[in-house]
Amino acid sequence: MGGPSNYQPKSAFAKWFHERLPVMDLVKGQVLDFPTPKNLNYWWTFGGILSVMLTVQILTGIVLSMHYTASVNSAFASVEHIMRNVNYGWLLRYLHSNGGSMFFVAAYIHIFRGMYYGSYKAPREVLWMIGVLIYLVMMATAFMGYVLPWGQMSFWGAKVITNLFSAIPFFGQAITTWLWGGFTVDDPTLNRFFSLHYLLPFVLAALVGLHIWALHVPGNNNPTGVSVKGSQDTVPFHPYYTMKDAFAIAVFLVVFMAFVSFAPNYLGHPLNYVEANPLVTPPHIVPEWYYLPFYAILRAIPDKLGGVVAMFGSILVLFALPWLDTSRVRSGTYRPIFKQFFWIFVIVCIGLGYLGSKPPEGAYVIWSRILTAYYFIHFLVILPLIGLLESPKPLPPSISDDVLAKAKSVAPAE
Amino acid sequence: MKLLKTLCLAAAGLVLLAGAAKAEPKDAKGVSYSFEGPFGTFDKGQLQRGYKVYKEVCAACHAMKFVAFRNLADPGGPGFTEKQVKALAATFKVLDGPDGNGDMFERPGVPADRFPAPFPNEPAARVANGGAYPPDLSLITKARAGWTGTFNQLFNGIGGPQYVYSVLTGYEDPPEELKKEQPEGRYYNPYFTSNQWIGMPPPLSDGQVTFDDGAPNTVADMAKDVSAFLVWTAEPKMEERKRLGFEVLVYLAVLSLLLYLVKKKIWARVEH
Amino acid sequence: MSTAEHAEVNRRDFLYIATGAVAGVGAALTAWPFISQMNPDASVLAMATVELDIAPIAVGQAITIKWRGNPVFIRHRTQPEIDAAKAVKMEDLKDPEARNDNLTGASPATDENRVVDGKEQFLIMVGVCTHLGCVPIGNEGDFAVVEGNVKTGAWFCPCHGSHYDTAGRIRKGPAPQNLLVPKYAYLTGTKIRIG
Repeated sequence: MGGPSNYQPKSAFAKWFHERLPVMDLVKGQVLDFPTPKNLNYWWTFGGILSVMLTVQILTGIVLSMHYTASVNSAFASVEHIMRNVNYGWLLRYLHSNGGSMFFVAAYIHIFRGMYYGSYKAPREVLWMIGVLIYLVMMATAFMGYVLPWGQMSFWGAKVITNLFSAIPFFGQAITTWLWGGFTVDDPTLNRFFSLHYLLPFVLAALVGLHIWALHVPGNNNPTGVSVKGSQDTVPFHPYYTMKDAFAIAVFLVVFMAFVSFAPNYLGHPLNYVEANPLVTPPHIVPEWYYLPFYAILRAIPDKLGGVVAMFGSILVLFALPWLDTSRVRSGTYRPIFKQFFWIFVIVCIGLGYLGSKPPEGAYVIWSRILTAYYFIHFLVILPLIGLLESPKPLPPSISDDVLAKAKSVAPAE
Repeated sequence: MKLLKTLCLAAAGLVLLAGAAKAEPKDAKGVSYSFEGPFGTFDKGQLQRGYKVYKEVCAACHAMKFVAFRNLADPGGPGFTEKQVKALAATFKVLDGPDGNGDMFERPGVPADRFPAPFPNEPAARVANGGAYPPDLSLITKARAGWTGTFNQLFNGIGGPQYVYSVLTGYEDPPEELKKEQPEGRYYNPYFTSNQWIGMPPPLSDGQVTFDDGAPNTVADMAKDVSAFLVWTAEPKMEERKRLGFEVLVYLAVLSLLLYLVKKKIWARVEH
Repeated sequence: MSTAEHAEVNRRDFLYIATGAVAGVGAALTAWPFISQMNPDASVLAMATVELDIAPIAVGQAITIKWRGNPVFIRHRTQPEIDAAKAVKMEDLKDPEARNDNLTGASPATDENRVVDGKEQFLIMVGVCTHLGCVPIGNEGDFAVVEGNVKTGAWFCPCHGSHYDTAGRIRKGPAPQNLLVPKYAYLTGTKIRIG
């Protein structure tokens, strides 16, 4: 982070406070005046949207936990109690359950934006890696949260996912038993998942703090990928980006509230309104939609350990992305070949998501294998190669040059 | 991009092949209800009739443990008066206790009680129903989907009430080739979720329940009324949710517009 | 500054103020569900009433039952206890109000106003000390009827030393009010419903 800002306390109290805790100095330097590239498009607003969603989840979660009981005998009933008896309980619970999905929608857009504009490339590797870590913790948090209502999908999802660890050679069964606190998913499991589901969001908040810290060292990437050359390329974060983000957040909340108001169970599964029954497995177990691509990768490999390794590998490979992409140019805008492969990759991810929702039989399995292979080939073969082979389009000399050129090209119309 | 097109076509072909592999239950019949859509509300008369069908037919075997009698007078529900609810609660026997001697005893229900279960536990229910377990109906319309499809479910709902309607009206003679497979005490119903053999005998017959408002009482009418009632039991705050949600959306639209104007005004100061 | 510029500034300021106001109102309204959820929920508000038969309670005996999560004392008072309660002068009472949910308006804390006419032997009160919520102990305190070395009637709260008399009225100690008489009714001669 940069040095002290030019913050000048105005009142006597502000001066007194500033000498003891210069937090306003930090706010002014790192938030209000922070120099931000002036050409960021709306894809860059998802960072702010994600902060809002994390806050929504923490606030609704805290109040839901005041009514929820983590016991296999009463968890399902306590959720119904929230839905039927608690004042505005239905609203708080639907905000929390749909909020989880919306959190992932925003996270995926944020991640793909970073991939397209090369935001992971030097000097932002650590920023990107903290982001991947945030994503992993998000997935763990959401998984444990989904277990809490103790419906059929909660139970069987928990059972299947915890069993992934039994694939670990030698220690697998011991680790799984340790995770469960018994010989299957049961009361001890539910209680520890509740404890961790409450803890991890605060870990997330801390990681987000680091993520923003790591962002503020080099400053934001931007759609041209060209580094900021001087103050003519930037605007202060406030009011320019506070207001742009606020507008985007309000629009995002429209989508969020439309789901909460008119289709609150669309993103969930009907079987989670059936109380967990450890003796009966539902015919098709599917995870929440945001895990589907990874679920497809898991099932694509006809070997227990192999499937688990592939699934975790598909996320871990993201840590290596800054070094797998060999291109000197950051932004996909100036990389004609990369651009095409980027969109193919997006389609492959959506395709894997679709396959994850289908039963593992027939052509679905074949396609899962093809797309899984492509997923890894994209990172391990295609990205390193196009970086070397592709000849990028000429980059603008600076952000302000690019902005001026664009303004000129649209000027006659105005 | 040509490569991409070929891939897509091939994918579509394989998906079609895969789809034909398995026999799923029939999609539910597409009946429509007053509560559908963003502004749909419950038809109070229909919910009251549905309650009567539940009480006189379903309640003999199916519990409804998350619903309390007092809920029947809640806003956004069947709209019974408090007095009516007191009277109808008293027609149910509720287990209470222990009393001063440590014994459990039965007493007439009061509005604060929840609907009593017809069987004390699952094994007792199974024994009384030829091995089948009549599921709790509180959440049944949220726990069953009448059809599949990402967009179909987004625009038409998951088809929960339609599923209940279709099962209630969907009993028929088994097709010839399946006749010898028919298990003892099971009935053919192509809409039933797990397989086509359902343990519940056809529960409704024309004219079985007489409605106070003189509404028609064919099997189809009663099935529609009771499935509507079960949507309310599963989602008693639906009307409040839609109303509040609409207000919030109007508010957010206004806020978005204002924020857009503010953003535009501020950004007018710089070339961007 | 020209008039046009001036108007421009005003219009811009109006937009900012309007947006800030709309956002502020939204934030305030959003807080309500988060606050309201901590109030008693619908199932608590609809909490069942309690019915019981008080015939088995012998003279000089008391039972405690649970109603809305709190203890309710039902005491079958002896004649000396009733007489003692009736003999108390109004000016000796710390709290002159009857504190009886079955009466409307202000009523003096006479013994008659603490029980039901014709059933004055049965004293029914919420057993929660009006000081800080402890449960007072029966047959204890400075205002019990003493026969030999046995104390009967009256209550004493051990937490902070509040003494209640044989009608459950506060007489000494930090408690500000008489023990509350809940809403109750006789369904038959010996059957009551509390709540």
